[in-house]
Amino acid sequence: MKKFLPFESRLVPLPIDNIDTDQIIPARFLKTISKDGLGDQLFFDWRYDAEGKPKPDFILNTAAAKASQILLAGDNFGCGSSREHAPWALTQYGFRAVISTSFADIFQQNSLKNSLLPIVVPRDVHAELFANPGAPVKVDLATQQLTLPNGRAVEFPVDPFAKHCLLEGIDELGYILQLSPAITAFESAHPAPISTLY
Amino acid sequence: MTAPRTLTEKIWDAHVVYSHTDEPDLLFIDLHLIHEVTSPQAFDGLRLAGRTVRRPDLTVATADHNVPTTDIDKPVADPISAKQLEVLNENCAEFGITCYPMGSPDQGIVHVIGPEQGWTQPGMTIVCGDSHTSTHGAFGALAFGIGTSEVEHVLASQCLLQNKPKTYQVRVDGTLHPGVTAKDIILALIARIGIGGGTGCIFEYCGPAIRALSMDERMTVCNMSIEAGARGGLIAPDDTTYQYVAGRPYAPKDAAWAAAEKRWRELPTDAGAAYDKSIALDASALEPMITFGTNPGMGISITAAVPNPSDISDPLERDTLAKALRYMDLPPGKPLLGHPLDVVFIGSCTNSRISDLRSAANILRGRKVHPGLRVMVVPGSQQVKAQAQAEGLDQIFRDAGADWREAGCSMCIAMNGDQLQPGEYSVSTSNRNFEGRQGKGGRTFLASPLTAAASAITGVVSDVRELLR
Repeated sequence: MKKFLPFESRLVPLPIDNIDTDQIIPARFLKTISKDGLGDQLFFDWRYDAEGKPKPDFILNTAAAKASQILLAGDNFGCGSSREHAPWALTQYGFRAVISTSFADIFQQNSLKNSLLPIVVPRDVHAELFANPGAPVKVDLATQQLTLPNGRAVEFPVDPFAKHCLLEGIDELGYILQLSPAITAFESAHPAPISTLY
Repeated sequence: MTAPRTLTEKIWDAHVVYSHTDEPDLLFIDLHLIHEVTSPQAFDGLRLAGRTVRRPDLTVATADHNVPTTDIDKPVADPISAKQLEVLNENCAEFGITCYPMGSPDQGIVHVIGPEQGWTQPGMTIVCGDSHTSTHGAFGALAFGIGTSEVEHVLASQCLLQNKPKTYQVRVDGTLHPGVTAKDIILALIARIGIGGGTGCIFEYCGPAIRALSMDERMTVCNMSIEAGARGGLIAPDDTTYQYVAGRPYAPKDAAWAAAEKRWRELPTDAGAAYDKSIALDASALEPMITFGTNPGMGISITAAVPNPSDISDPLERDTLAKALRYMDLPPGKPLLGHPLDVVFIGSCTNSRISDLRSAANILRGRKVHPGLRVMVVPGSQQVKAQAQAEGLDQIFRDAGADWREAGCSMCIAMNGDQLQPGEYSVSTSNRNFEGRQGKGGRTFLASPLTAAASAITGVVSDVRELLR
């Protein structure tokens, strides 16, 4: 995993609450056995017409959006299905962060494992960003600061372990497997309640 | 004496493998359920890193999301779906994982077959790459959905790094009236606290109305915990639970059963244990519920009117409701009762168990589906299908003019070709009414099997209580 470095970007505003993962990537694209090629399917049913042509008025089809790395969305972003295809599609489109007032739990976990930073901001900051999405903001994970277009820095929360993994580019599974002796000890002390072996 | 603990805390504490300051706990997973859609990339990750499956004996697979519900003895028509189903079988064979593929007499929706086979037991930690894993909480198990990265973590280590969730007590008092069901309890809860109301929390359902529910009904409630944002929802085990589990293929037997039951009886939340949040509902005050919008929190009593965006002051909230009503093509301020329908779907991990099918069949017995309406009944598993057929329920559905299908997720997720056409309206017993969830442009009203069956007869959104009088 690549280290998560500070960056600056304009925002792609999607002023809708409760955007679910079925909108982020519809279920019919989940027949794939690969992680690749999902960026074009991001927000598919909002982004393309019945013939599959891009809708020019949908924000993700604009040149400004394609050059941006931050999605600004309404409350409770990423609710619904646990599909990790949602953060895969978002990162493959080019997003590195999503800003909202809150995120659904599973989406948040999935995002952190794919170097997509969920940034939770208070309501007033959220409204301020929606008022001026064309101006760039700075994201610095190390200091947990979002610098607004007017220069004001806002601190955002991040789970300390996830932050450590993102900043250092640590593979979480590699870390877990280092704890194998503890897992073996647990297994010896606690026989599993079920097993396909008996 | 130890401090009083909740059911969730007891299960959590018993599964912590490793704990360190500023790190999530490393939690041992007793049962890992997998299916064709969210596992292929996880197996690829294992192969790429030269890793293996640590505990194939604690891993169980089935094909459910993408399987056809007709002609399952023939090759799957869609080559991309066929490939995904084939890859699941290959991965299970390569890593020694028990699999119930399409065509197996034990195949079915993963959240139906886990309990059915006795895999799901009280006090366990259970995960699956599917958000409706919360279903298994009905047994007093800590069960929650995970993404594909975490599927890979569990395959390789049988563990997950997890931060301890907050606990949220949901107390349901009173008694349900005839025509009002477990589905209406959970739809009412979601409508009350919103689809983000349980974010960061695990629900613990309690109270006399929950105790009175059968296991099938408890699973319906716990299943939709995620629709309120809670990753899990638990109900403390009791005699209803033990009677359900006893005798199932993978349930403990004889002396092992006695030891297990002794352990399980220690699980319920201690008197005086503290929850981070609490809410109380009165089951006696509930009517049948139905959703009108594009998320499961947009729900109302069946006799109530669709809300009006102009009554909402927050601009983002108002726009979100207005967008939902535009998608649904519904006028604000009017009830849904009498709204014409194109489809009725009875199925999904929420409502496809034998008692769901029995209650729908009771309404449809001796009656006919409204002309022109398409009604699909999709059993949750092949075992449910066999049981329903042994009871003659399939004949009741067929005689009424409904379509009796093979087991799978079917039109709940609309991956397999079972789907709504653009603009069509459906009353569905499933769990999500998101835009396009049941087919691009399709419009879903979520409701109970009783409401679905009553609406199947009239062809419009109907109040089942009219038929029960």
